[in-house]
Amino acid sequence: MSVLLQRYLRSPSAAIGLALLLLVVFMAATAGLFYPRDPLGLAGRPLQWPMEVSAFPLGTDSSGRDIAAQIFHGARVSLLIGFFATSVAILIGILVGAIAGYYGGIVDDILMRITEAFQTLPNFLLLLVLVAVFGSTLWVVTLAIGIVSWPAPARLTRAEFMSLRGREFVQATRVLGLRDFQIIFREILPNALPPVIVYASVVMAVSILLESALAFLNLSDPNVASWGNLIGTGRGVLRSQWYVSAIPGVAIIITVLAVSLVGQGLNDALNPRLKKR
Amino acid sequence: MTPLLEIENLSVALPTGADRALALDRVSLSLGASEILCVVGESGSGKSMAANAVMGLLPEDVRPTTGRILLDGIDLLTMTEAQLRKVRGNRIAMIFQEPMTALNPLRTIGDQIGEMFREHTDLSKDRIREKVLALLDEVRIPDPTGAIAVYPHELSGGQRQRAMIAMALALEPKVLIADEPTTALDVTTQAQILKLIRDLQPKKGTAVLFITHDFGVVAEIANRIVVMQHGRVVETGAVDQVLHAPEHAYTKSLIAAVPPLTAPPPRKLSSEIALDIKAVSKTYRSGGFLGRRARITKALDAVSMQLPKGGTLGVVGESGSGKSTLAKAIVRLIDVDSGQIQLGALDLAKVRGAELRAASSKVQMVFQDPFASLNPRRKAGDLVAQGPIAHGVSRSLAIAKAAELFALVGLDPSSIDRYPHEFSGGQRQRIGIARALAMNPQVLVADEPVSALDVSVQAQVLRLLVHLREKLGLSMVFITHDLRVAAQICDRIAIMKDGHVVEAGITADVFGTPKHEYTRALLASIPGRAMLERQPS
Repeated sequence: MSVLLQRYLRSPSAAIGLALLLLVVFMAATAGLFYPRDPLGLAGRPLQWPMEVSAFPLGTDSSGRDIAAQIFHGARVSLLIGFFATSVAILIGILVGAIAGYYGGIVDDILMRITEAFQTLPNFLLLLVLVAVFGSTLWVVTLAIGIVSWPAPARLTRAEFMSLRGREFVQATRVLGLRDFQIIFREILPNALPPVIVYASVVMAVSILLESALAFLNLSDPNVASWGNLIGTGRGVLRSQWYVSAIPGVAIIITVLAVSLVGQGLNDALNPRLKKR
Repeated sequence: MTPLLEIENLSVALPTGADRALALDRVSLSLGASEILCVVGESGSGKSMAANAVMGLLPEDVRPTTGRILLDGIDLLTMTEAQLRKVRGNRIAMIFQEPMTALNPLRTIGDQIGEMFREHTDLSKDRIREKVLALLDEVRIPDPTGAIAVYPHELSGGQRQRAMIAMALALEPKVLIADEPTTALDVTTQAQILKLIRDLQPKKGTAVLFITHDFGVVAEIANRIVVMQHGRVVETGAVDQVLHAPEHAYTKSLIAAVPPLTAPPPRKLSSEIALDIKAVSKTYRSGGFLGRRARITKALDAVSMQLPKGGTLGVVGESGSGKSTLAKAIVRLIDVDSGQIQLGALDLAKVRGAELRAASSKVQMVFQDPFASLNPRRKAGDLVAQGPIAHGVSRSLAIAKAAELFALVGLDPSSIDRYPHEFSGGQRQRIGIARALAMNPQVLVADEPVSALDVSVQAQVLRLLVHLREKLGLSMVFITHDLRVAAQICDRIAIMKDGHVVEAGITADVFGTPKHEYTRALLASIPGRAMLERQPS
């Protein structure tokens, strides 16, 4: 484990990514401490520029809500959505990919046709439909993002399983009479996991972006202080008070960048030989 | 004799954290014009590293620290990359172990050989074509005009290696480095390639640096021998002297470990049959979609053989003979099309579901590759215990049994908590054997269990298998391509070719008076027979 960490920290970009991610986590963790009041509550005069009043270092939005408070609380929402949507996507993906890759044949055909059906639909349109049908509470949004993101991890897992299922150590467990369930989840999966974990960082970054895009269209949960909602609020005053949209925009960029850099760093740390080339 | 290529005091450092500091430790050797020098050693001896150092093909973080590599008196180590490019291919050429990966799959053979001329000379297109045709003829590829336009995958392994040799010899280099060029080939093909190199060498006047682990090959081809161990040269000398009067203890042990080709006296075998294979067939179909012709391969064609109880049945054949398919059919990794595999009253070819899982305790398998056959993410003890656990034995009991089995196969019982990568190749194969034994099988199927191991380790594992057979009363099906190995351990032998059994019988009979033409060809192809059988063993 410490070897892995050492290898990970050797790359400066991976270290920066980790530092940025820790910063976002720090914001999410201390949101209640620094801004104990409801971030969506009225705080002061609307549309004050950042640094204009010392109480509002990042200014206020068009409804007079504290932007800094919304950024801190928004970090919670973004990480929450990122984490849970990614878990849902990876879980479904692993299940589908593992079964398709291990059994092959007709099972693989059916599962892959379903996967392709999902892949040919544009992600965002499907997401809009799901939210339109099931409503836009935070949990529905999170689940919906997970549901539109599983095909890529499924394909990745399937590819890993297809190459691993013919290996001698897997054949050995079949000869020993282990059940398929054990072979799939206890023998093959741990060996197939590293690339899937790396890919999870991509899914997480995309999830955060998808939620922001939904919020920008006023289709995300309006009762939580998400960064996307804040951008949506700033849309009306974009030309005069651009900072209302720009500040959460920067927050999103930093978070997505952090997650991607961490993913890249993990990839290099898990495949040291690949990196040398 | 003036040396053409001379390696003087060459040391090559490995990156920090490797298992030793120096890959090569003050290695000196010299290669005279028109001689074949064999560099022999086991894995990790540094023999391939020496060849790569000459070609300037060392891995990125591996650098020579001291010494010189002189080609015609000029030090290759001081050359720039641009100067080296002129030397490579032109004055030193190399052939590799695996011709499939050394050739570009997307370009024709003729194109790839012709590239040597395009790169290093300014001959016209027609002249290049002529030259390529002449080369293909020289390496005895049948129908050169046809072969010039084919892609590597359309050739057999032996022909690919011939094409590689043609490419290497294209510019008439002074030195040819051959790194295990026949290791990936079947024994009959190997014999042909060795003969080709032996014939071409005096004709072209090329000096050959031949890297190998196989003393049979050495006896077949070498003028002089360099023996390496742990990055050092331990012995150098003419072929007769080293093979028949080796001085260094390591050389002696290596030569002693080469199994003699005489079968041990036949043992008395029980008349009871442990495993009765009756007319088993398996056909593979591929392609056959939208008008493309389907390819049908009969991997097993009505194969029958019997394994006497407590005996060892050797199944010998070259690649594509169906021997591995047979092994997989016995342990039911594949389903056969027809036939019976009778274990007592149980037909292994027919059982399904829970019955099949129960049958797995009666027939177990030892796999070829000790690195690929152990799950890298499980502890050695878990690997051995997981079979019994899957069949309902409690975990603590299974782990205790695993420790006992470790002792039985000659491993330290306290090492059950280590991971596979912490063991050597031979030790890993012992773990694989312990895993199979954990199920208390009646029949053990060993699929090339020693072919991935160094010759000295090979002997140890074979001894272990014999010991276990006697002690546990096992019956064994032993799959191998190596007749020397088969002679050591098998009571009966079945020779397979293209899915058929061409000859079967008591080992000593098959070896002493082979009846089938193919058996005779196989026996004649074993490298170094004449040379090695003369030695007192």
